[in-house]
Amino acid sequence: MTAIIEVKDVSKKFGGVVANQDVSLSVNSGTITGLIGPNGSGKTTLFNSIVGYHPIDSGSIKFEDEEISTFPVQQIARRGLLRTFQQTRIYGAMNGVENMLISLPHRKMKIWDALKTFTREDYERADHLLEFVGLYEKRMLKSGDLSFGQQKLLEFAMALMNEPTCLLLDEPTAGINPTLINGLIDRLKRANSEFGITLFVIEHNMRVIMNMAETIYCLAHGELLAQGTPDEIQNDQRVIDAYLGAH
Amino acid sequence: MKMTKNKTILYALILAFTFVCPFVFPNFGTQLATLWLMIIVALTWDMTGGQMGYNSLGNIFFYGTGMYVAALVAIGLVYDVGDYTNAAGGGIYEFTDLEYFGGMALGVLAAGLFCSITAVIIGSLTFGLRGPYFAIGTLGVAIAAGELVSNWDWVGGGQGIALPVYPGDLDTGKIMFYFLFAAIGVSVFVFAKWLYGTRFGAAINAIRDDEEKADAMGIHTLRYKLYTWAMAAFFVGMAGGVSAFQLIHFEPLESAYQTINLGIFMVVCVLLGGKGTLWGPVVGAILFHLFKEVTWNYLLGWQWVALGALIVVTVVYFQDGVMGWLMHKRPEWFGIKVEEKVAEQAE
Repeated sequence: MTAIIEVKDVSKKFGGVVANQDVSLSVNSGTITGLIGPNGSGKTTLFNSIVGYHPIDSGSIKFEDEEISTFPVQQIARRGLLRTFQQTRIYGAMNGVENMLISLPHRKMKIWDALKTFTREDYERADHLLEFVGLYEKRMLKSGDLSFGQQKLLEFAMALMNEPTCLLLDEPTAGINPTLINGLIDRLKRANSEFGITLFVIEHNMRVIMNMAETIYCLAHGELLAQGTPDEIQNDQRVIDAYLGAH
Repeated sequence: MKMTKNKTILYALILAFTFVCPFVFPNFGTQLATLWLMIIVALTWDMTGGQMGYNSLGNIFFYGTGMYVAALVAIGLVYDVGDYTNAAGGGIYEFTDLEYFGGMALGVLAAGLFCSITAVIIGSLTFGLRGPYFAIGTLGVAIAAGELVSNWDWVGGGQGIALPVYPGDLDTGKIMFYFLFAAIGVSVFVFAKWLYGTRFGAAINAIRDDEEKADAMGIHTLRYKLYTWAMAAFFVGMAGGVSAFQLIHFEPLESAYQTINLGIFMVVCVLLGGKGTLWGPVVGAILFHLFKEVTWNYLLGWQWVALGALIVVTVVYFQDGVMGWLMHKRPEWFGIKVEEKVAEQAE
């Protein structure tokens, strides 16, 4: 198995707060990898570092064997490494279909492709993916009027529309009602198996992450605490003390 | 189908009206030409301001620069520019018909191209600025350019440039300038209508609504911003070039880089008509031009007060403009329909 994302000894401080300290992990191509940890353990910081949201203090981040730790967000996104936001970010004034069409992968377009009007295939793909996340019936509604959970689903569909190689999901099930969560797990798994997208997921819902991920990393106080299969993580005393036991 | 047929008829009527207008209202030739100029600068301002969310106060820079480029090209093709401007319109500088019209055609085209290139250069420096900082930054560029040009003797300094007069009947000249502006105006409209329907158009809307998200989705935000501004600058530059020949004499601060007149008017036109809509700038330009001409004729002395009041009322109480207000009142006219049947939640 080849690693698509390789994080090595990454540290990031905000003033005096150490958000990440010498974190090393790798995400294998074609898999679903989980990232867990108590609130404030540095998960989102690590995501932000990977996608170029802020510079890291030291260490190395590689995507498909290329050093990306000094690149800004757009350059990384254009390599096919995409992220969704913990607080969803969609274009609230537009409807679902428009949100999807805007998310076409511009990185794969030459300027003359961008200057084409939307094709029938573009619309079909948008409809298909909206159907895939269960929002087809609401596709013509203003996205800002959708519920928070539906906006999360829309953001996920938009990410799929962008045809990423690898997708970083920041708490995909937060705010989604329990009956929908099962459907979402299924869709994430299918996005991985059908579209071949590598997923790297931050998740607080243990049932979700244990169900999906092949490998799980656990952060605590900005440091990597443990790694392993869901079974190993669930039975790791350090993880239980730091996180699971804290319930 | 019925809808599109109606639309075709509507567009045909507008186009026909455009053609007969200067003949039906022969006394208003120059006014109508100026109206088209307003429509051009409003539509192009909305390309960045309304569709992309970048409110430029410096688009007048392209208007002024277009004037100078067109004039310098037309003069430079025939005479030495330094000698010509030195004479300040006093020397005997004849232009044959070919030199006049050829110079105008090449000059106007060169003005458009030159302004596109400068838009890319200035854009690379200013598109890092957001919101009000971008507005002030671009305003600074326009003011600085006016000051620089007025101290540059080779291009006539503060006195500006006097161009040759239209060779022939002056009324015919007025009609020609009307049609030149109208041709550019119709081109901008058709271009904008097409552009907003493309993937590119959707991408610049994305930049307006959430640029960080657009970045995170891999859209080439800076590149698209530069292209959009360059397209807008092309048309404004050409309009400036035509203005130079229409005005015959122009100078840097009051007519070319007129930041407080046309530079602000174009923004007011768009706000009045409706930002981020295709028809808003057109409707706004027409209303604004009417308002301006009426107050300038019947409220002379108070015209600037009336104009200021219009700006204040528009900005405070009527931010969405005419088109925005219509969209709110009559959404079905714009194809915004809430689907009656929202099926039960999937799953």
